[in-house]
Amino acid sequence: MSLTVTDLRVSYQTLRGEVRALDGVSFTVADGEILGLAGESGCGKTTLGKSLIRLDGRMRHAGGTVELDGRELPIADDRAMNAFRFREVSLVPQYSMSALNPTRKIGRMVAELLRSRGETPDRAKLESRLAQVGLPREVLDRYPIELSGGMRQRVVMVISTLLDPSLLIADEITSALDVSTQQAVARALLGFRDAGHVTSMVFITHDLALTARIADTIMVMYAGRLAEKAPAEVLVEQPRHPYTRLLVNALPEVGARHAGRRLTGIAGSPPSLLDPPPGCRFRERCPLADDGCAEQPPVTEVAPGHHVACWKV
Amino acid sequence: MRRYFGRKLLVYALTFVVAVTVNWMIPRFMPGDPVAGMLARAGVSQPAAVEAMRVYYTNLFGLDRPLWQQYASFWGTLLRGDFGISIWLFPTPVSTVILRAVPYTLGLMVPAVLLSWVAGNRLGAFAARRRLLDNTVLPLGYVLTATPYMWLAVILAWGLGVVAGWFPVAGGYSFSLQPSFTAGFLLDLLHHWVLPFLSLFLVALGGWAIGMRNMIIYELESDYASYLAALGAPARLIRRYAFRNAVLPQITGLALQLGVLVAGALVTEIVFSYPGLGSLILKAIQNQDFFLLQGTFMFIVIGVLVANFVIDLVYVVVDPRTRAGMAGARG
Repeated sequence: MSLTVTDLRVSYQTLRGEVRALDGVSFTVADGEILGLAGESGCGKTTLGKSLIRLDGRMRHAGGTVELDGRELPIADDRAMNAFRFREVSLVPQYSMSALNPTRKIGRMVAELLRSRGETPDRAKLESRLAQVGLPREVLDRYPIELSGGMRQRVVMVISTLLDPSLLIADEITSALDVSTQQAVARALLGFRDAGHVTSMVFITHDLALTARIADTIMVMYAGRLAEKAPAEVLVEQPRHPYTRLLVNALPEVGARHAGRRLTGIAGSPPSLLDPPPGCRFRERCPLADDGCAEQPPVTEVAPGHHVACWKV
Repeated sequence: MRRYFGRKLLVYALTFVVAVTVNWMIPRFMPGDPVAGMLARAGVSQPAAVEAMRVYYTNLFGLDRPLWQQYASFWGTLLRGDFGISIWLFPTPVSTVILRAVPYTLGLMVPAVLLSWVAGNRLGAFAARRRLLDNTVLPLGYVLTATPYMWLAVILAWGLGVVAGWFPVAGGYSFSLQPSFTAGFLLDLLHHWVLPFLSLFLVALGGWAIGMRNMIIYELESDYASYLAALGAPARLIRRYAFRNAVLPQITGLALQLGVLVAGALVTEIVFSYPGLGSLILKAIQNQDFFLLQGTFMFIVIGVLVANFVIDLVYVVVDPRTRAGMAGARG
């Protein structure tokens, strides 16, 4: 088992109180697995991604453990976590376009970063990795502004995976890209996994269609909790949780004309996580909800590898 | 690259022409008659002699000619490096008077500007990472930067000069000494230099420290800093990058500050009777000395333009984004 997350709870300190962004999430990611993490804004997917590498100043670890390759990650201890960052856990951030220091040539920045971590810069390895994502070695002598957004993104992917981390977190990395570039990025990620540069990956996105193409397993989150986790095809073809079903139904199909049938959205909005209501969090918007849903549904395995948190399955 | 500097030089040339023109206009539209002042000082009582002297001086300074001719000949002499003859210190050439004052002003300004910039940036960068320091540096910085130069100068002259008696409060050197390159004179010079320097240095220091503190905090929250932190880079590396990037706007600030500081030096020099360009401007105004005033302003204008040009060059070296802009790249 590569990554094991057990009952992870992370909250944000705000002026109005504690926002429980992640409220008891458990899952595992196997070696070589790509886990797609999907859900709408505010469901806790980015919080989960950050918890695995670096909590920001307002975040507080409220409970639960994260284990990577049999060792527990000290996620609440920023200093102790440094030993794991980059080498064991790495990140391709949401803001890849602006993740590079604008006043340093890329090659020099990479060398300085590696040296600061006690690693010896290996120019040949760096160049071969760049070639793998279709970048010439000349980019190392360029400043970030001299590259296009897509190129910068690929440079960041190469840097982040340079020390062959065990786990790579890719946070919304395709959101700002056009469709053909999205394809290239997705292919590059798969290539890194297949070449063994990263062992496993958590791919965070709100784009269910793209996730289905590259992830082995998809986990859908809702309001800080796991809703459903299943192999990618199963989740898209036979979703069991009512939220996942509505989500999949809301996807437009290319070429399909929606003259006869309007695309359905999901009415309502997620509950506030400042003081969430008891029971199933999706209850208010769920077409199947009844009084039984006032109690929190446990995550149950309905088929091998298919986990659902709903009373109605 | 050539187009970039060509455009810059054109802007500087235009600025120069406008500055020279305004410079020529200001003294001529001031109320009062400089020749009458000279005659009054001469104390001649015979009306015929006074008239003869008036005609002589008016002719000598070219004040009898139409304004446009005066303007044209002003440009002509200026390009030959001739600023005319001082009325106040007649018949010393203006250039000689200015060159005597310049070392004092530069000796005061250059260390004050550069040292306050360097020290302020360091102080601000330190303040940005220590809460205790931040809580003291920030309010102190605000007080200092809001203090008018001459007010601080007066306070320093009173506190360290009059009350404590550590430093002399007036002059560039003791009146008992003749300027020379002896250790005694240089020490005396330094002794007189401390208070005016300190007043300029302290006021500028506060502003730089505040600016740097804010810039560093902004840079430390930028995306590249978060990315480096997520990859476990030590705080030292992140702070080094943040400092370098935060310095860029401070360099622009330095260029802008140069012009303002000349005015700051003016009042400071007057408070301490320091024999630099500031005191010279005051004397020139008091004595209706067109040529000296023009010459001094001219010198300041050229100084500010040259300083700005140097900053432009520095910017090209330190910020790759300007270089990309020069190549016509999307920026």
